[in-house]
Amino acid sequence: MSSHPSSPHYYHSADLGRFGEIARGNKDLADKFFAWYGAVFAEGALTAREKSLIALAVSHAVQCPYCIDAYSKDALEKGSNIDEMTEAVHVAAAIRGGASLVHGVQMLNHADDLGM
Amino acid sequence: MSRILQTLEKRGSSLASGLGQRKRLSEFTLPRSFESALDSSSLWPLHPTRVEVLQINLGKRCNQTCKHCHVDAGPDRKEVMPRPVVEAVFRFLERTRVPTLDITGGAPELHPDFREMVVRASDLGAHVMHRCNLTAVLLPNYADIPALLARHRVEVVASLPYFQGRETDAQRGDGVFDESIESLRRFNALGYGKGTGLTLNLVTNPVGTYLPPDQGSLETRWKAEMRRRYGIEFDRLFTITNIPISRFLEFLEERGKTHEYLTMLANAYNPAAAAGVMCRNTLSVGWDGRLYDCDFNQMLDLPIDASVPQTIADADLTLLEGREIAVGPHCFGCTAGAGSSCGGAVA
Repeated sequence: MSSHPSSPHYYHSADLGRFGEIARGNKDLADKFFAWYGAVFAEGALTAREKSLIALAVSHAVQCPYCIDAYSKDALEKGSNIDEMTEAVHVAAAIRGGASLVHGVQMLNHADDLGM
Repeated sequence: MSRILQTLEKRGSSLASGLGQRKRLSEFTLPRSFESALDSSSLWPLHPTRVEVLQINLGKRCNQTCKHCHVDAGPDRKEVMPRPVVEAVFRFLERTRVPTLDITGGAPELHPDFREMVVRASDLGAHVMHRCNLTAVLLPNYADIPALLARHRVEVVASLPYFQGRETDAQRGDGVFDESIESLRRFNALGYGKGTGLTLNLVTNPVGTYLPPDQGSLETRWKAEMRRRYGIEFDRLFTITNIPISRFLEFLEERGKTHEYLTMLANAYNPAAAAGVMCRNTLSVGWDGRLYDCDFNQMLDLPIDASVPQTIADADLTLLEGREIAVGPHCFGCTAGAGSSCGGAVA
């Protein structure tokens, strides 16, 4: 049961710390997810700091407040600075904006097809 | 942040006293006590391994007023180690031959006997470490000190929270970053950090309420950035966690984040870091000659084990190595994540 049964809000910052409770309905899948998640963010061909910045950008692209909370702190704890974090968010915004705008070519295709 | 702030002491804050800080810290309920965390690692009660470092705090005078300062140091503080205590320190060193003398403050250069202490400790064959805020040695009356340190091959441990001005000045005061870079260039010009055997280590601590980055990977990045941006070389980078006492505790209180920060530290307890905490090989001496388990306990007025002599004048190394180390919730700062000490991460 939610710890905020009477709250009118969908998002609660404290719920980030309760992420592990997702195992309640299927521990096996949760264990697999968290093990994989940990492996994804380990130092590899990309540094842990680079992965944290990617995660921060994606957090904004998917507009997940839990993720923005977690990866703003994580990016700082990996040694990134506000300049770098801001540029990462701009990358997310550029891709989101570009993704909309590039569909404008489809619009042009339809307009050309329909027009004279 | 303006260049100079008033200290907690000057403002009459309840957090100016060690007792006031300990009282406030005791009011928070944490996931577990530090004692029980140590007990879970078979480290309770905590004892020293061997005293290898004598860390002397020459006083609270400083030309900076950093937001996170655990000493509450600043220009308005008057405490300096008196001459009889200085002599007691050297009698202890001569008697025990503890191999390392770690000199801290405040800004230790501002002590009138600093130069003499460096020479005497060096003549005794001690490895001397100088904790340097980088800007005090730019002051006209102290500009000779870097060359003195070089002549006596003193290890310089210099504070620099970040390789950019915004972050550094936010913590240490406006203009501190640019002056720090100038100071580091002067140390480099003397051969420090250039592979000549003159050791220049940097210390970074988070500019906020989060844990420090991984020390190894951060050092690699810092070396590249300091070289590329400023042409500066150094030997090691030490990451240090902000300890929730004194002015950093005030910062947490102002943000309403004390409980959150303490809980974060407690949840990040690392048994491997606990085994390597600096109080196990370091003895701390206050400006007034009183002994403490570490510089943080010193600022909390948390006394050393009552069963051993309490001052450097009466210190007995054998008894000190058998003492029980005093701990409190602030100690989670030294055991969180990779751990934290005056020499950086410990695990």
